[in-house]
Amino acid sequence: MSDAARKDTPEQAEFRQYCRDWLQDNLPPEPPVRLPLSPLEIMTEPQLHYLQDWQKKAYDAGLVGCDYPVDCGGGGRNDCQRVANAEIAAVRTPFFPNVIGLGMAAPTVFFHAREDKKRELLPRLLSGEDIWCQGFSEPGAGSDLASVQTFAERKGDKWIINGHKVWTSLAHFAEWMILLLRTDKSHKYDGLSYFVVPIRSELGKSITVRPLIKITGETGFNEVIFDNLEVDDAYRLDEVGKGWQVAMTTLAHERGAGELVTPRSGGRGKSAGKESGSVFGSSALVDLAKTSFRNGKTAADDAVIRDRIMQEMIREEGFKQSSRRARVQGLQDHPMRIPLQNKLLMTEITQDVAELATEIEGAAGSLYLADPNAPAGGRWPMAYMNSFGMTIAAGANEVQRNILGERVLGLPKSK
Amino acid sequence: MAQPTNFGFGEEQVMLRDSARKFFQDSLPVDKLHALVAADPDPHRPLVTQWAPELWQQMVDLGWTMLAVPERVGGMDLGAVAVAALCEESGRAAFPSPLLATANVSYILAAANSTAADAALEAIAGGAAATYAGIDSRGSWEYADTDVEVRDGKLSGTAYYVQDAQKVSQFLVKARNGAAVELYWVAADATGIALEIDAIVDLTRDQARVCFDGVTAELVATDAGAALHQAMPALWTMVAADMVGAAEWQLQTTVEYARVRKQFDRELGFFQAVKHPLVNVMLEIDQTKSLVYNAACALDSEPEAAARTAHMAKASASDMAAYASSRSVQFHGGIGFTWECYIHLYFKRQMHNQMLWGDAAYHRAKLADLVIGPVAA
Ligand SMILES: Cc1cc2nc3c(=O)[nH]c(=O)nc-3n(C[C@H](O)[C@H](O)[C@H](O)COP(=O)(O)OP(=O)(O)OC[C@H]3O[C@@H](n4cnc5c(N)ncnc54)[C@H](O)[C@@H]3O)c2cc1C
Repeated sequence: MSDAARKDTPEQAEFRQYCRDWLQDNLPPEPPVRLPLSPLEIMTEPQLHYLQDWQKKAYDAGLVGCDYPVDCGGGGRNDCQRVANAEIAAVRTPFFPNVIGLGMAAPTVFFHAREDKKRELLPRLLSGEDIWCQGFSEPGAGSDLASVQTFAERKGDKWIINGHKVWTSLAHFAEWMILLLRTDKSHKYDGLSYFVVPIRSELGKSITVRPLIKITGETGFNEVIFDNLEVDDAYRLDEVGKGWQVAMTTLAHERGAGELVTPRSGGRGKSAGKESGSVFGSSALVDLAKTSFRNGKTAADDAVIRDRIMQEMIREEGFKQSSRRARVQGLQDHPMRIPLQNKLLMTEITQDVAELATEIEGAAGSLYLADPNAPAGGRWPMAYMNSFGMTIAAGANEVQRNILGERVLGLPKSK
Repeated sequence: MAQPTNFGFGEEQVMLRDSARKFFQDSLPVDKLHALVAADPDPHRPLVTQWAPELWQQMVDLGWTMLAVPERVGGMDLGAVAVAALCEESGRAAFPSPLLATANVSYILAAANSTAADAALEAIAGGAAATYAGIDSRGSWEYADTDVEVRDGKLSGTAYYVQDAQKVSQFLVKARNGAAVELYWVAADATGIALEIDAIVDLTRDQARVCFDGVTAELVATDAGAALHQAMPALWTMVAADMVGAAEWQLQTTVEYARVRKQFDRELGFFQAVKHPLVNVMLEIDQTKSLVYNAACALDSEPEAAARTAHMAKASASDMAAYASSRSVQFHGGIGFTWECYIHLYFKRQMHNQMLWGDAAYHRAKLADLVIGPVAA
């Protein structure tokens, strides 16, 4: 019995067995197209549709949104999403494409939207039929998110929205957006409000989506421009002027410190080792080192490389065990101490693992995606570059350290 | 032998450095460079090498490729510090050209010390661009390793990771001949040579596998190991010089951004989480630059210290470049993650440089062999 299984409630134990059986018979077919490293780099419709089919199938089987109420399209279970996640992780699947929907929009809508809107929006979000995006950042408001300028003006029971969002991942496929904007110019934080707004149905009308190209040469994020978008007041989340508080729900979940467990899937397509659950790929480094040559010798025989891989494995294990400890009553000194570390550790271990991989590859680390001889298809240099998206987005790690220092250690507040 | 206190960096070297900086800045400023090498972001784009051969010709006409050629065969001896200064400026501009490659070949040929090698050096002094084809399929930097063989007096096999192979007219090839490992000089368009272009990360370079199928070539060294042993410190030093220049560009560009971009009503550079790492990048650049000039000076004035000082320079450069690159992207935020922001050109060139001729761990291991002695088998 695995550690996780031992502590299952009867409901979780039964559900775990169900997930295992279902996954055994229902793993998706090999993708017809090359998949990107993460949902944030989905570039083409065929990639999207393949991944959407997989999310829908897993949703229909009850593995996605297990803990949401039935009338919101969920499974109505108690604390079962983590069970589904663990079982999915154990078999390595393609990822769910609707990451922003599942990870950020769903909990925010669930905690803050009107009841009828939850019932309207959540089922198609959880099933992946509607892709969601997050309209927070603007050219002038990144780390300082509360300075957003996109403005909504009230006209009866409608709002007219104008402004400019940027770095909006998945906007090019999105039906819906969670949108933080300004309704009052005289107060920074209390002048913010939060909406969900339709994207795709307004394209070419009041919304323009322009793709931006990433450092890797991939697309995946966009500029989104609002030109008199009209939205019904019913799509406002929480009260006018309470946008910042609502955004905190989104950000907490984005950074892995939220109340609801995000449905997760993935791992396939990575050149990872046989051991499952290696989130950051440190076990993949072992395989890579065994097949790579550094200065003519097998990299796995190089004492320096061995030491560095072990360093990353230890960090990865530490991360896993911290997540486990965070759930044990009495084993942490401050409720947010571990949850707020998640984003930092996750992104920095991922970055360092990818950098180490390119070093393990030695001269062959110079080869990129289009080279037939590139180790692992050139994914490691790409992963290294993409890792900066993670250390910058969702609160740059510098800002994240400020938050930890201030909220957990009680150090004086910067701004 | 002792080093001069000024590293051999006198008035002539200052003039060369300044005119090189101006040349690169005027002829290929970063916006033009980006338009030249990064016009097509598609990672699966066709492998077309983008560079400016006419600018390279101007560099040749300015005599810059004669700097690494000994005076006795028509070179212009301003010392290795002059070459380092030139490479530093070329790195600062992330300039695409066979400058490093040709200097590398010049150093190896000079160390080969044969009539045929001297003739090859004369060709370089006369304007030929060349590159060293001496790496095997396993990316080995060891002097004895090669997948090219001499059969019936002709070259057969493949040289891997050949730098700027599409920009040169000559190859210097390392080949095994029975028990010996030799060096050969051959025209890039000789019968029996075929190039397989690598799709690399770095947009400012090209790289290829050079395949030899019964190619007639000129023997220039019967003991490749001896020539390489003497010359490799120069190769490590010059690539490290390129990295210093590139890193200084990364630093200044990021500092400039941190001085103007405002969040929380403050310039980014106000925050110590930005300020201190940028200062640390500066510290690492300065350490490396000093090690590079020390290594360059040793090449001329203290050859017995050349390997030790060059290992230090390249080890320091590789770690420094990784850090300078990572901070340059991180502190540019979302902008830094886009293709349109020029810093990715440098980020990718530095990734390539970090690996080239051995990364930091490799050079520290070799340094330890020199300083501590080899590990007992
Ligand atoms: C791949 C990717 C995907 C993204 N997807 C989305 C999306 O879907 N929706 C969305 O709304 N946004 C998205 N973003 C935007 C992201 O949230 C912002 O880039 C991020 O908040 C940083 O803002 P900025 O880019 O304006 O950088 P800036 O705020 O200008 O900061 C630049 C750098 O300065 C440093 N810094 C800033 N403030 C401080 C401080 N107080 N103390 C110390 N250091 C500081 C940090 O290193 C930071 O990286 C995405 C970004 C990336 C890279």
